[in-house]
Amino acid sequence: MKVTFKIWRQDSPKSKGVLKSYETDGISEDMSFLEALDHLNEILVAKNEKVVAFEYDCREGICGQCGLFINGRAHGPHEHTTACQLHMRSFKDGDTIVVEPWRAAAFPIIKDLVVDRSAFDRIIEKGGYISAKTGTAPEANAMLIPKEIADASMDVAACIGCGACVATCKNASAALFTSAKINHLNKLPQGKPEQHRRVLDMTAQMEAEGFGSCTLTGACEVECPAGISIASIAEMNNRYVRAKLLG
Amino acid sequence: MKLDSKIPEGRLEDKWSNYQLKSRLINPANKKKLNVIVVGAGLAGSGAAATLAELGYDVQCFCYQDSARRAHSVAAQGGMNAAKNYQHDGDSVFRMFYDALKGGDFRSREANTYRLAELSAPLIDHYVQQGVPFAREYGGVLINRSFGGVQVERTFYARGQTGQQLVLAAYSQLYKMVRAKKVKMMVRHEMLDLVLIDGKAKGIIARDLVTGQIKRFAADAVVLATGGYSRVFRLSTLAIGCNGSAIWKAHKRGAYFAAPSFTQIHPTALPQTSDSQSKLTLMSESLRNDGRIWVPKDKNDTRNGNDIPEEERDYYLERRYPSFGNLAPRDISSRAAKERIDAGHGVGNLKNAVYLDFKHAIERFGRDVIEDRYGNLFSMYKKITGIDAYKEPMKISPAAHFSMGGLWVDYELMTTIPGLYAIGECNYADHGANRLGANSLLQASIDGYFILPNTINNYLEDALKQDHPGVDHPEFDKVEKEVKSQIEKIMAVKGSRTVDDFHRELGKVMWQECAMSRNKQGLERAIVQIKQIHAEFWKEVRVTGTDNEMNSELEKALRLADFIELSLLMCTDALQRDESCGAHFREEYQTEEGEAVRNDEDFAYVSAWEYNAGDFILHKEKLEFEYVQPSVRSYK
Ligand SMILES: Cc1cc2nc3c(=O)[nH]c(=O)nc-3n(C[C@H](O)[C@H](O)[C@H](O)COP(=O)(O)OP(=O)(O)OC[C@H]3O[C@@H](n4cnc5c(N)ncnc54)[C@H](O)[C@@H]3O)c2cc1C
Ligand code: FES
Repeated sequence: MKVTFKIWRQDSPKSKGVLKSYETDGISEDMSFLEALDHLNEILVAKNEKVVAFEYDCREGICGQCGLFINGRAHGPHEHTTACQLHMRSFKDGDTIVVEPWRAAAFPIIKDLVVDRSAFDRIIEKGGYISAKTGTAPEANAMLIPKEIADASMDVAACIGCGACVATCKNASAALFTSAKINHLNKLPQGKPEQHRRVLDMTAQMEAEGFGSCTLTGACEVECPAGISIASIAEMNNRYVRAKLLG
Repeated sequence: MKLDSKIPEGRLEDKWSNYQLKSRLINPANKKKLNVIVVGAGLAGSGAAATLAELGYDVQCFCYQDSARRAHSVAAQGGMNAAKNYQHDGDSVFRMFYDALKGGDFRSREANTYRLAELSAPLIDHYVQQGVPFAREYGGVLINRSFGGVQVERTFYARGQTGQQLVLAAYSQLYKMVRAKKVKMMVRHEMLDLVLIDGKAKGIIARDLVTGQIKRFAADAVVLATGGYSRVFRLSTLAIGCNGSAIWKAHKRGAYFAAPSFTQIHPTALPQTSDSQSKLTLMSESLRNDGRIWVPKDKNDTRNGNDIPEEERDYYLERRYPSFGNLAPRDISSRAAKERIDAGHGVGNLKNAVYLDFKHAIERFGRDVIEDRYGNLFSMYKKITGIDAYKEPMKISPAAHFSMGGLWVDYELMTTIPGLYAIGECNYADHGANRLGANSLLQASIDGYFILPNTINNYLEDALKQDHPGVDHPEFDKVEKEVKSQIEKIMAVKGSRTVDDFHRELGKVMWQECAMSRNKQGLERAIVQIKQIHAEFWKEVRVTGTDNEMNSELEKALRLADFIELSLLMCTDALQRDESCGAHFREEYQTEEGEAVRNDEDFAYVSAWEYNAGDFILHKEKLEFEYVQPSVRSYK
């Protein structure tokens, strides 16, 4: 099939970007969306042009490195699906497909479709861990964790850190991401000793990074590839209030 | 140079404690003065960097992705083994050791493999403490399942995302130490060469993937934790950026490369559908419990799978291995599929797949049961292929998956270059010629968390007394110059073919001749072809853009240049080893029924290759078996 990609091209963080059109032939329905971009890049090389910079690694929906705004939606037309898991059969011959980077003040553009998401790492750095050194662990089964709690913790621990929640939010809020890590750890007995400090420090960092505030529109949970629900944000808010009172 | 494996004295079960008792210690005040570079931030790299930093060393840690959390360890689904014997089913450290040694077809060191099993239980304790939400029983204890043919249940898991949960734990611990300012995390930095001073590893040259700048980093020791190199086949279950460059450059600087050709091919991945495909997604092996594998008897059958009547189907695994049937081990199933595909019976557009059919299982148990068992896999299959596997048979195909081979290391995980360590999938240590499922998350983790932090002191204690050369040392000038000239050379070719085009060509040769089944003629032919690809690459590759900006074409070209050289060594190794063992199957060495014939008399050694100006010299580390006598692996 043949499609026209309209792709955001921007040379560097400071330069001005534009949407450029590329008519692309030879696309097959079985190609993943990223393979179609690979294909476009091979055509660009043949024409001696610079390739489109975009991000990926695992290409199986788990590493969270890919992230594209496709026709106005984070990761494209399907819910709970990463861009690398999207296939060209979701488009029609002759379609025009607009591809843009994540847009958020806290995710500055590096080049073309590549953004800097290190703000997420800095949020984790402020408490997304359990302060125990290697070599100090007690016997694993000495601590019983009910299945319901382990499962609920896993539901949010599944976050892949792609940033679709931020990209799709009109406020560019990172509440879903931050809540997922806080709740993953705070639900577990191992996470209790640091629970209050964790909520306060991580949310403070989230604000310091320039993410917007959450108004619970629910847009994020629709796009989240890991299917994390906004109930997680409500839970974080609750924990925040308790931490303020008790912490 | 004589290979000294440095196996400690004493009984098998005492070796590691004996080692620790004798190993040298460094006091905390002195550790601060020592700087360690860790290249890689997967389970092995993050674990090592975090733990070394906790112990007091100054650490610089590198990865090519935008965050440590993306390392390909993240993709492991199945789980991780540990000899906890929680199921009370007779498991023990010795049994786990035995399974791994035998699974590796007796091509690993007993002492290393034993330590793998020995440290597995404390590793579960560690990850639980770090907050990994492993699967649990209602009563709150940890659950296990069985994996890959072993007879006990010792696999721990977190849904289908075990690797992800372990990586997130390791990554969090790492960033805890970043906050403590004991680790400097260098994301989007790719190591391009190793710097030796007086024969010792003292630093690296890396490219900043955002600006293209070539940078120097000095340290008292260098640890490589760069993962597997199965992308040499291009199509594999690995991530697109996985590469062999760091270990290859180390090899060219003097580190011996062990068993480079030992590669695990997984039987149940999704097939390639077109030439532009970039990766193969793994489908869990568990599907073979209920699915039946077959191909059409008639080569030219173009009908849909469902339209082919029973009597015209060849259930070749059931036919060839009546007792194991569809559950024959990974290497055997993969080889049998290849044999049918090569004979022209493959299905799908490219005739490169076989059917995995659930029709009988659905008739027998009902759709509900099958949905309950494999629902998530069926929906993943639908997402990727658009096909409903409840109605049509799945198409599956073997895919390159894991590198048993890697840099040769001794018991301390040090390579043949003093001060250079290799940990995780990039070394050759515990798995022999075939690794067992769920043992490699384990190996990467214990290498990083438990072993390296205990062994590196032994070397660093000496380093303390020596001076600490900085990046202005002339050796840094020299190596940096070489790196820059290689980049300039690639940029200057300005040929007519894309990097991917060359990678596809290399991948095809390697897949045909150096994957599931190998023979002398094929390997000799491959060596000639690879040399041609090498020559052609340096004449015809085209990289657009410049080298002082983010440039994915340049990144790919540099990785491929190393893969081409590495593939020559892989074929050389496969050709030299005149026996079949584990994943290395030489067609000349098989029984009449197609079983592998191992030759312990002549090949009970680890092949460790030395680089010699484009050529390779073989060194042999003889394997002694004191505790388990090698036996024949049979599945009839
Ligand atoms: C799809 C899949 C499923 C699997 N399932 C299982 C399973 O269920 N159980 C199991 O036990 N094993 C499984 N394995 C195997 C296991 O996941 C790996 O062997 C293991 O995770 C490797 O860990 P590592 O730390 O050595 O490497 P990786 O996790 O691959 O990390 C490599 C690191 O090195 C960095 N790096 C690489 N090259 C460079 C360079 N030149 N410069 C700078 N940095 C570099 C990368 O950025 C990354 O941080 C699976 C493997 C795959 C592919
Ligand atoms: S490339 Fe890893 S999630 Fe898409």
